[in-house]
Parts: sequence; structure tokens; C-alpha cells
Amino acid sequence: MLLAPLTVSAMVVGIAQSIKEGLTRTRNAIFSRIAGLLGASEVTAATWEELEELLIQADVGVETTLHLVERLRRRASAEAIIRADALQAALREELRALLPSPSPLNLGNRPLDVILVVGVNGSGKTTSIAKLAYFYRQQGRRVLLAAADTFRAAATDQLSIWAERAGVNVITGAPGGDPGAVIFDSLQAARARGMDMVIADTAGRLHTQYNLMAELRKVRRVAAQNVAGAPHETLLVLDATTGQNALSQARHFLEAVEVTGVILAKLDSTAKGGMVFAISRELGLPVRFVGTGEKIGDLAPFDPDAFIAGLFDET
Amino acid sequence: MFESLTDKLQAVFKRLGKRGVLREADVDEVLREIRLALLEADVHYKVVKDFIARVRERAVGAEITKSLTPAQQVVKIVREELVKTLGEPGRLELKGPAPYVIMLVGLQGSGKTTMAAKLARYLRHNGHFPMMVAADTYRPAAITQLEVLGRQLEIPVHSEGPSVPPPRICANGIQEARRRGCDVVILDTAGRLQINQEMMRELEEVKRTVKPVEVLLVADAMTGQEAVNVAAGFHQQVGLTGLILTKVDGDARGGAAISMRSVTGVPIKFLGTGEKTDALELFHPDRLASRILGMGDVLTLIERAEAAFDAEQAARLEQKLREATFDLEDFLEQLRQVRKMGPLTQILDMIPGLGRLAQSISPEVTDRQFKHVEAIILSMTPEERRNPRIINSSRKKRIARGSGTTVQEVNALLRQFRQMQDLMKQVGKGKKGLRGMLGMFG
Repeated sequence: MLLAPLTVSAMVVGIAQSIKEGLTRTRNAIFSRIAGLLGASEVTAATWEELEELLIQADVGVETTLHLVERLRRRASAEAIIRADALQAALREELRALLPSPSPLNLGNRPLDVILVVGVNGSGKTTSIAKLAYFYRQQGRRVLLAAADTFRAAATDQLSIWAERAGVNVITGAPGGDPGAVIFDSLQAARARGMDMVIADTAGRLHTQYNLMAELRKVRRVAAQNVAGAPHETLLVLDATTGQNALSQARHFLEAVEVTGVILAKLDSTAKGGMVFAISRELGLPVRFVGTGEKIGDLAPFDPDAFIAGLFDET
Repeated sequence: MFESLTDKLQAVFKRLGKRGVLREADVDEVLREIRLALLEADVHYKVVKDFIARVRERAVGAEITKSLTPAQQVVKIVREELVKTLGEPGRLELKGPAPYVIMLVGLQGSGKTTMAAKLARYLRHNGHFPMMVAADTYRPAAITQLEVLGRQLEIPVHSEGPSVPPPRICANGIQEARRRGCDVVILDTAGRLQINQEMMRELEEVKRTVKPVEVLLVADAMTGQEAVNVAAGFHQQVGLTGLILTKVDGDARGGAAISMRSVTGVPIKFLGTGEKTDALELFHPDRLASRILGMGDVLTLIERAEAAFDAEQAARLEQKLREATFDLEDFLEQLRQVRKMGPLTQILDMIPGLGRLAQSISPEVTDRQFKHVEAIILSMTPEERRNPRIINSSRKKRIARGSGTTVQEVNALLRQFRQMQDLMKQVGKGKKGLRGMLGMFG
């Protein structure tokens, strides 16, 4: 009788732990310095300059940093903030305001959900997909993977090995074949096998490669033609170590295939993931998941409060 | 995406007017812009700080050369310092007894496996007999990926099961290279975080075992501020001899290169510029400096042109130019060659001052335009292509119908062609050849 609540609690703790671990280094490296900086002392000219540098160093980006610092300055004078610790609370609020709580994922309202996963080369798509498959399988979903990266050598083999670890099946195509055909086959197979979710891997492509972006649009069309409203979620995988180019990536993929959310991969590195603020501010794209390690369970739903609290945590 | 730094500085100096000597206040205003531009390009903030201090020292009180505006003068100093910071042009140091071992290291997803194949192909092209060793036993199917690339390029790959320790695989690989008579061995190691001590120790052990002549850090050009920690981490623990920047064909400014070079002091050797295995360029500091500053990259453009146009074709075109017999057939041929050089927006981006133009046109529109022009020319008779002057209005109607376009479009093409012919004649007279022809863009 206690099994269900215990399992659920354990899961919640596990998720919280996983996101915390992923953020530990971020915390130690950068934001604890902000916390220290904004500790008990008074706000001086140097405070502002250092604050600016620390945000820049977290890959928050020049524009968003200047925006944040400007807003804080205005608040500091309007609200007569003279102590740095009060400024820290204000900064938290401003950062939080840049990450509005997203509406729930558009999944689970129909017989077959289709998730399309896109991103530049090496961002971590294949690994993220395997983790995603595992995540939804744990929730009782019947997941099928579509190996639509027919370009990179052995990409299909890589996904197949991961699929085995995640305990799901994968539909593959011929190397160099048409990725649209793989999607088509996968959707047919999903229906025939009574699956309720298809997650599609796609070849990594730089967002500046026009032809490859056109190909991606075609993949999307094939999904739409075979399942009403598909893809229901199109997730862009961003490498947390990426700098200002992440914004350009998000903008181009959004334009080409109507990205609906972001998976922030490799947050277990020393990287800070600060570009997420600019992406949310300028494009309104929510972060949906964070990748926190190399194991199949190292994926957690993005929690903006935990993310920001983690940034400031001093321990 | 980014406003060119040169443009920004021009605006600053327009306000200041012309003066004989660079004053401190002028320089400071300019340096603020440069600082922001470098930060936007992902150069590490500490590296930016040092850099700005050096430029400031040189710029304050510098005499302004008559031929340069103050903005140009500052940009010149910035550029020179940037080139100095970026170091010498890249080359591999293959010294001592063969086989020479090249070890590729880096984070996950930086592009090591693809780079191994590119390097192997490059080395074979330069008269070596390379072999690749699949030492990534962690990432699923990484071994298969390298084997597939090896088969495609017909370059031998040494691989063992995923349960064999990588240092042993590497040692065995070198034995195998000796047996086969290969003189260069490229080790593809697993991606790892520089803070993962266990994995870093494995790299140290590989290095101790195989004594590589080169240990190259493969890093993504899109890396942010973290580039400093990554490069420093790998350098301290494994000892690097060089850097390779990958995915340079995107629109990242590549400021991470400056950060990594500054923090390690080792040279940048190669740039990865595309997904295909021939997309590898030797590093040129002056070109990357121009790119980081948003000043265009004419040299790369010329190189690409020379790769896309084969020498024979180029000679034939030059001949036609001199004889003024360049016709629409040649025009079509040339159009197709330009397309081979990459998307037009990317080409424009490399030309100084045209970066803005590149932003204003969509690749989609130019792609369609290319297709229309091709269709129009293909709907002409061979005689019409050789002698467009005979194209009267009834011929135009036929061509428009045949190509699914309009008479206006046919007219526009013929007008463009005439303008080009005029230009060609001038170029032909000046005997500037291929490089002159490229001048038509700017």
C-alpha cells in the first residue's frame, strides 16, 4: 500500500538530486562567487562591474547581461537597495522572470505522440533521445524510436545500443537513405505494434546549412501527413558548453521546424548553461529537460526554480 | 547576426571627427566597442581584459597614418594584436622515428572521430600512409563509426573489442602500423570532461605508452566562456601540442580559439569546415582574426573558388574572356561553379563590407533564383545561348513558357548577362584572371 507513494517520492528525490548534482559545479564555479559578491557588503561601482563580468562568464551573453544589470540598477535606485544581499534577491527575481514557467508538454492527449529531436552536430541528440525514451517508458508509455539520422556513420548503431539499454525498440533505415522514409516506417510500425509514442532522432546539422534545414522540414512534413498534429513536440538539443551561438541555433531551428522546447545537454560539465536566459527572453522557448550525466537515467525535467536556486546555492 | 565591428567603429569616429593623434578618450570609446564585440564572439572575459589593455597601450598617442582614418588605425592595431595572439599558421610537427603518433582528445561531441578521418585523408594526400586507431570504447558504436569512415576512405583502422583498455588498444595499434608499414597513426580517444579524473588518467596512460608527437585538443568553435577551463584542464593533465577548431562552417565567431590559445600557448593547427571528410583547412591567424572582427575572409573565398573551379575550366574561361566570346553556356557553367562554393550568403559573408548584404538576403530566395536562371538558360536553343542578341520578343515568350518563368524574368537575366559581359571585358583587359572575376561581387 505504501509502495506507490514511496516510489513516487524516491523518483522526486532522484530527480532533484540529479539536477542538483548537475548544477554543483556551476554553483561552485560562478554563482557562489555572485552570492559571495552580493553577500553582506554594500553596493559599490565595483559591484556592478563584477556582476557584469560574472554573468558574462556564465555565458548569459552581452545583451542579456546588460539588460539584467540595467534593470537591477534601476531597481536599486527605485527601491533604495544599498546592501548587496538585497541586490542578490532582486537578481534572483530578474533571472526567474526570464524563465517563465512553461505550460505542460503537449503530450499524452492522443493515441500516438510524436517527438522530433533536432540539433547541431555533437550536441547530444542521440544520448538525449535514449534518456527521453527511458524517462517515458518509466512512466508507462510504450515508446518506439525512429533512427532518422541516416547520414553520420554508425549513428543507427549508436541509437540501437542505447535503445537496448532503454528497453525500447528502434526502426532503422539504410545508411544514406531518406530520413523521411524512416519516419514514415516508424509511424506505421508504431500503429501496428500498438505503441503510443515515437521519438525521432535526426542527423546533426549546422543551422546555417540551408539544404539540410530544408531536409528537416521535409521530415517534419512526413510526420504531419501521417499523424494529425505531429510532431507534437519538437525539441532542440543544446550543448551547455555552447556560447552565444546557441541563440543563433535556436533562432534558425525555430524558423525551420517550429521548435517547441529545449533539452539542455551536458549540464554535468563545468559549463553554466547561461545562454538559456537569452533563448527564453528573445525567442520564448522553454527549457524542457536537462541532461546531467552519461547514464540512461541522467535526464530530469527542467525546473526553473531549482535551476536558479542551484545557481545561487553556496554549498 | 552581429554588426560588424568595423561598422561600429566607423560610427564612433564619425562623431569624433578627424584628428591627427589618437586621444585617450577616443581610444577608450573605441575599446568599449571592441570589448563588447569580443565578448559577443565568446572570447573569455579575462582574455578580453588583457587584450584590451595591450591594444590601449599601443593605440594611445599613436600617429595616425595619412592613408588611414582613425577607425581604420585602431582596427589595424586590434587586428595585429589579434593575429599575434592567435599565433603562427598551423602545421603538424612530424619529427623523430616513424610511425608518428597523433592523439586526438576533447569533450564529448566536439568532433574527434570525424576529425580523425579528415586528418588521415589530409595526410595521405600529402604522401603519408596513415592508420587510425579506435580507442573510444565508451560511446556506443564509436568504433563502428571510425571503421565505416576508414572503409569509405580506404584507410586502415585498428580496432578491438569495447572491453579492451584503451592504452592497450593504442599500443597494439602502433605495432600493427609498423607491420603494415604505415608512418602515421591517429588515435581517436573517447570524449571526456576535463574534470573527470579517472578518464583523464586514462589519457595520461595512453600518452605515456605511445609517446605521441602531437596531442591535439579538438574543440567546437561554438564553445562559450568554458573554453578556457576545458583547454587549461586538458593541457595541465595531458599536455597538449596543438588545437583543432571544428564546426567553423557555422556562424559562430570562434572567439573560443583566442581563449584557448591564450590559456595554453599551444598553436591552433587546423579548422574543420564541413561534414565531409575533405572539409579541413590549415589554420591561418590572419583569416580567423578577420572573421572574429567581422572583416570578411577574402583569402578563404579565393581558396574555395580555386577548389570549386578546376584549373582547366578556369583557363578556358580566361581564354574566352580575352576573346570576348563568353556566352550564356559559360555563364550557366560559372553559375553552377559558384553554387559549389557554398551558399551565396556564406560567400558574401566572407567579402569585406558585404556581411550586411548577406544578412539581408535569404538563402531560400537565392536558391530559387539560381534554379530559375538555370531553367531559363536551359530553355534556350544552343544558338540563343551562344548569341543572346537574337532573342526577340517571341523567343522570349517561348523561353519564359518553357522555363515556367515570366518574360520579365527572362529580360532581367539578359540584362544581368549583358552587364556581366561588360565587366568581363574590363577584367579581360586588366588580365586579372580568376581573382579579378571574384571582384565582381564587391
